[in-house]
Amino acid sequence: MKIIVCIKQVPDAKDVRLDPKTNTLAREGVQSIMNPYDQHAVEEAVRLKELLGGEVTVLSMGPPQAEEVLRQAISCGADHAVVVSDRAFAGADTWATSYTLAKAVNVIGAFDLVLCGKQAIDGDTAQVGPGLAMRLQIPYVTCVQKVREATNSGLVLERMMDDGYDVLALDFPALLTVVKNINEPRVPSLKGKMRAKKVEIRKLTAADIGADPAFIGLPGSPTQVVKVFPPEARCIRTVFTGSLDEQIGQLVDSLQSYL
Amino acid sequence: MDYFLSEEQEMIVEIARQITDERIIPQRAELDEKDEFPRAILGEMARADLFGVPIPEEFGGFGGGCLDIVLALEQLGRGCIGVGTAFAASSLGIYPILIAGSQEMREKYLPDVASGKKFAAFGLTEANAGSDASGIQTTAVLDGDEWVLNGTKQWITNGGEAQIYTVVAITDRSKGARGASMLVVEEGDPGFSCGPKEKKMGIRASSTTELIFKDCRIPKDRLIGRKGTGFITVMKTLDSSRPGIAALGLGLAQGALDEAASYAKQRVQFGKPIMAFQAVQHMLADMAIQLEAARSLVYGAARHIDAHPNNMSKVSSMCKVFATDMAMKVATDAVQVMGGYGYMREYPVEKMMRDAKILQIYEGTNQIQRNVVGQELNKEYTRA
Ligand SMILES: Cc1cc2nc3c(=O)[nH]c(=O)nc-3n(C[C@H](O)[C@H](O)[C@H](O)COP(=O)(O)OP(=O)(O)OC[C@H]3O[C@@H](n4cnc5c(N)ncnc54)[C@H](O)[C@@H]3O)c2cc1C
Ligand SMILES: Cc1cc2nc3c(=O)[nH]c(=O)nc-3n(C[C@H](O)[C@H](O)[C@H](O)COP(=O)(O)OP(=O)(O)OC[C@H]3O[C@@H](n4cnc5c(N)ncnc54)[C@H](O)[C@@H]3O)c2cc1C
Repeated sequence: MKIIVCIKQVPDAKDVRLDPKTNTLAREGVQSIMNPYDQHAVEEAVRLKELLGGEVTVLSMGPPQAEEVLRQAISCGADHAVVVSDRAFAGADTWATSYTLAKAVNVIGAFDLVLCGKQAIDGDTAQVGPGLAMRLQIPYVTCVQKVREATNSGLVLERMMDDGYDVLALDFPALLTVVKNINEPRVPSLKGKMRAKKVEIRKLTAADIGADPAFIGLPGSPTQVVKVFPPEARCIRTVFTGSLDEQIGQLVDSLQSYL
Repeated sequence: MDYFLSEEQEMIVEIARQITDERIIPQRAELDEKDEFPRAILGEMARADLFGVPIPEEFGGFGGGCLDIVLALEQLGRGCIGVGTAFAASSLGIYPILIAGSQEMREKYLPDVASGKKFAAFGLTEANAGSDASGIQTTAVLDGDEWVLNGTKQWITNGGEAQIYTVVAITDRSKGARGASMLVVEEGDPGFSCGPKEKKMGIRASSTTELIFKDCRIPKDRLIGRKGTGFITVMKTLDSSRPGIAALGLGLAQGALDEAASYAKQRVQFGKPIMAFQAVQHMLADMAIQLEAARSLVYGAARHIDAHPNNMSKVSSMCKVFATDMAMKVATDAVQVMGGYGYMREYPVEKMMRDAKILQIYEGTNQIQRNVVGQELNKEYTRA
């Protein structure tokens, strides 16, 4: 089994701010973390490897610091890491991002399965996974909540739906995006951490992946962010105080006023 | 304070910290309430290679020293010393094999313990042999190619959960202290069983049971080291493991201080956070001072032990006494700082205070540790 996991480095949601002038994320001084959904994708990949054998390669497009999240993935059991980094990628939207990742996947070579998080907690579009699958011309399933069966030729999956779940079977090669209840990511191991410290991370530039300059970065991005703003708080919030019984009383009273 | 840990030691701390924060702390109250053995958490620790820390690399471990294990246990202790004890007792159980076992024996048992596939336990104490270990009555008699064990061990941590038990038994009563030997008993050996779980004041996540031997037959090659060296191996084992108990004390005290200090900042009485009252501040300051002093001693002792493995008894006992007496005091004071809330089960310091007590009792009571230090002084000053 050859598995590729796409990982995005995102600002820690605990301290995200918008730059009021540019309407872009103020990334300076903000701690970067692995996109939480991607941690679950890494865990699922490592579990499949432990079950079926093979290797897991983690891939990220981003600035050179994206190495940190790749090393974290190695400490949790991934085998190889690739970072695609180039100034020319700056300003990429989901269209350009999925093009770039597809080019990088082709350089990495043969694979059975690509795993992505359902969405990135900063961009939040949930488009990169499906976009990447389309570019790689492989089937995909989004919002996978469980791998029921796994063999060297394919998987039986549960796809989370608003009202329950679908059960799907698919053959490799394929792409999945995963939701958080698919698994509980492991704590890094000591051996993993030591390996992560030493592991060589493969670095690819736009030229290395043979990217067409017109399809990457800002020039390759048909989407433009016109305005980013914090939504107005609309609802009226009431905080009840007092003992639990008093608070319950207040809640009942206030609900009754709507009847 | 900066203790100049190596990069690898920082990694051990990070891993143990993450397990403590993400796995142990959210579950500790329930494990305590239900007397539940923390199998899933220990599994996570195994996967993170923590069981391999004290085991040499050639047997699949990390080849760590005393300070490495101290660092791991300190973090775990911050969450729950019941879980920490279950983990520590597995190391305690294999130290005799590490210290005195043959190469074959090490190859047979250590890799599975390093990977966490199997747990170990250490069986010395009996109903009539606590501090005075020489009073043990369990016997092992050679019959052809087998040892036959009879007797009952009491209060053995990981009893019923471990697969590997290192046990002390009398092999030649006429030889007194030189008549005891250590042997390995495995789960499932004929004639071996464990009693029910004891009901305890604290560390309720850990399992404590009797080990019962009724004509228990085990192969001859289960003898650890040479016949008659049992008590020497016991002493070396406990000297090696005591700093780990001290480390659980450091962690517990840190957890108690964290709770008490953050509570003191929030709790308002007489119109001020209670942290603003000097009496409360002084109590917290004393807790922090005692804790840091203990940490310095324990880390120092662990480094000494790593550098001078043949001269560890005194520092090992010193750090166990100091850090565990400190932990008891800090946990008690944490409850005091938190007042009635501290006494309630909803807050973790109530459990910490119940848990702390065991640290002054097991692996040799603090009175016995003072005897060890005193006897060493007696020797040193006779020489001088
Ligand atoms: C405040 C803000 C401003 C932005 N400004 C612009 C802008 O000016 N111009 C513009 O074109 N775009 C802009 N973007 C979009 C941004 O470039 C996208 O975040 C990016 O293309 C990825 O899309 P996504 O974050 O929605 O990922 P999703 O599609 O939600 O991510 C799903 C999964 O795809 C994978 N994935 C996503 N990105 C990567 C990656 N880089 N490397 C590896 N795997 C990945 C991960 O597995 C992830 O879990 C902005 C986003 C934000 C939040
Ligand atoms: C939860 C728990 C887990 C345990 N786990 C294990 C285990 O895994 N393996 C194992 O072998 N044992 C284990 N023990 C046993 C433990 O090590 C003993 O309880 C301990 O050594 C003390 O023995 P005792 O309880 O019989 O006390 P006693 O020896 O009866 O002591 C009673 C009191 O007298 C004091 N005293 C005794 N002799 C002297 C002296 N010479 N000078 C001064 N004071 C003295 C003691 O300090 C103590 O205060 C465990 C015990 C408990 C409670």
